[in-house]
Amino acid sequence: MNYHINFNFVWKYADKLYWGLVLSIELAFISILIGCVIGLALAVVYNDGHPWLKRVVSAYVEVVRNLPLLLLIYLIFYGIPSIGGFAFDATESFVLTLSLYAGAYLVEVFRAGLAAVSPGVIDAGKAIGLTAWQRFAYVRFPTMLRIVLPSLSNAFISLFKDTSLASVIAVPELTFGANWIKTNTFRAVEVWIVVAGVYLVVGWILLAALRLLERVLMPGRRT
Amino acid sequence: MTDPLVRITQVKKSFGSTLVLDGVDLDVPKGEVVVVIGPSGSGKTTLLRCINALETYDDGSIKVDGVEIGFRGEPGGPRKRRSDGELARIRADIGMVFQQFNLFPHLTAVENVMLGLTKVRGMPPAQAREKALHWLDRVGLSQKTANLPSQLSGGQQQRVGIARAVAMDPKVLLLDEITSALDPELVGEVLSVVRGLAAEGMTMVVVTHEMTFARDVGTQLVFMDHGHKIAEGPPNEILRRSDNERLRSFLSRIEFRQDG
Ligand SMILES: Nc1ncnc2c1ncn2[C@@H]1O[C@H](COP(=O)(O)OP(=O)(O)OP(=O)(O)O)[C@@H](O)[C@H]1O
Ligand SMILES: [Mg+2]
Repeated sequence: MNYHINFNFVWKYADKLYWGLVLSIELAFISILIGCVIGLALAVVYNDGHPWLKRVVSAYVEVVRNLPLLLLIYLIFYGIPSIGGFAFDATESFVLTLSLYAGAYLVEVFRAGLAAVSPGVIDAGKAIGLTAWQRFAYVRFPTMLRIVLPSLSNAFISLFKDTSLASVIAVPELTFGANWIKTNTFRAVEVWIVVAGVYLVVGWILLAALRLLERVLMPGRRT
Repeated sequence: MTDPLVRITQVKKSFGSTLVLDGVDLDVPKGEVVVVIGPSGSGKTTLLRCINALETYDDGSIKVDGVEIGFRGEPGGPRKRRSDGELARIRADIGMVFQQFNLFPHLTAVENVMLGLTKVRGMPPAQAREKALHWLDRVGLSQKTANLPSQLSGGQQQRVGIARAVAMDPKVLLLDEITSALDPELVGEVLSVVRGLAAEGMTMVVVTHEMTFARDVGTQLVFMDHGHKIAEGPPNEILRRSDNERLRSFLSRIEFRQDG
């Protein structure tokens, strides 16, 4: 057996990896946005809503968190069209899945964040005459945001790695691109080494950028 | 004969099975400073929180400028708890300064003061900023207006807390042990701000353990114990020749600090 490591193909197919990477980041970004909306809404419902609504939220979180993400991807991609009778694009299906998945994790993050806003600060908001909605918009939400921002950054990096699973339903993201190159060049080792490097380096750069953003958004935060 | 600005009659309040306020009466005439003293757990904080509807009361009446705080309708008749919107409007005219400062942690000093002016009073931001800066200057913080609370000392944070409350032009200002969380050397700078407000005729209800301060700025001193008002009168009279056993034993445990 005589296998010569050769990375030349990488340059030939660099655009496949590049566009795959762009799509991966986009998928993670859209999913965390939708996930934040889901997570925040459900966290508020969980904290302030009726007991039975609380149970619905808990059930959603439990189900999603206790299923393998891969299974969720298959369930939604094959399951929803067969029930609803409409087919949808693999990318849309994956965004839906990853958003629901992110939402279930972020409920916990936002719930803890809302709970960490001191009741005294909310009283101060009442004392100057803010209404319930204003207290949420101008006091609770921004105070909570400062608390949860580091967790959101971590969640985003996690989702970025999870986008790799979209390859199983042929979403043309980074791992799918790598697979395509492997199939067409038979250079499995080189492809996976390169792609692993891309995930590592890009993940690291994204995290560094997010930490920088946190510092801009939360000046003077004592940690 | 004008009605007192704040009139509290037979207010009762329980937390679960604990009766915390057991029929408290209190009048605060306009321009006067009523100082409330009493042992821990006697209901001082609860009374203040009832005055600006941070707590509900079960029975009796609290009126500020003739408006019943907790309820619509008269005592005795059918009364309904007020809605959030009504409470917000009522609270906007009642200022409160807290023991733990409770500044909005994500806003700078000037933004802390501006928030109520822009969102509650509907002031344009430029005008609100001007007013906020004026008050921060008044409390001696013109150099710290762009600092976040985490970048301020306790005494500075509390002065922002005072500026935030008085900038709303409240009819009455409630102060709940506003120096208790401060290092002793920072107490004086906060109390001197309050002395200034008292001199200008701000109506206040002040809960404090600073007896020198209480004697100097108080027009009335009220001693509470176990949810009751035990004694009431001019501070010098109450502090000097009290014939009440519980008040005497309370005062003997309180140190008189000169920096107050
Ligand atoms: N939210 C609450 N739930 C249950 N009990 C409460 C609550 N707030 C106060 N209490 C109880 O009510 C009583 C009066 O409390 P309050 O805080 O008014 O006393 P205080 O006179 O301000 O005491 P301190 O000098 O320690 O501040 C205490 O027994 C306290 O434990
Ligand atoms: Mg108290």
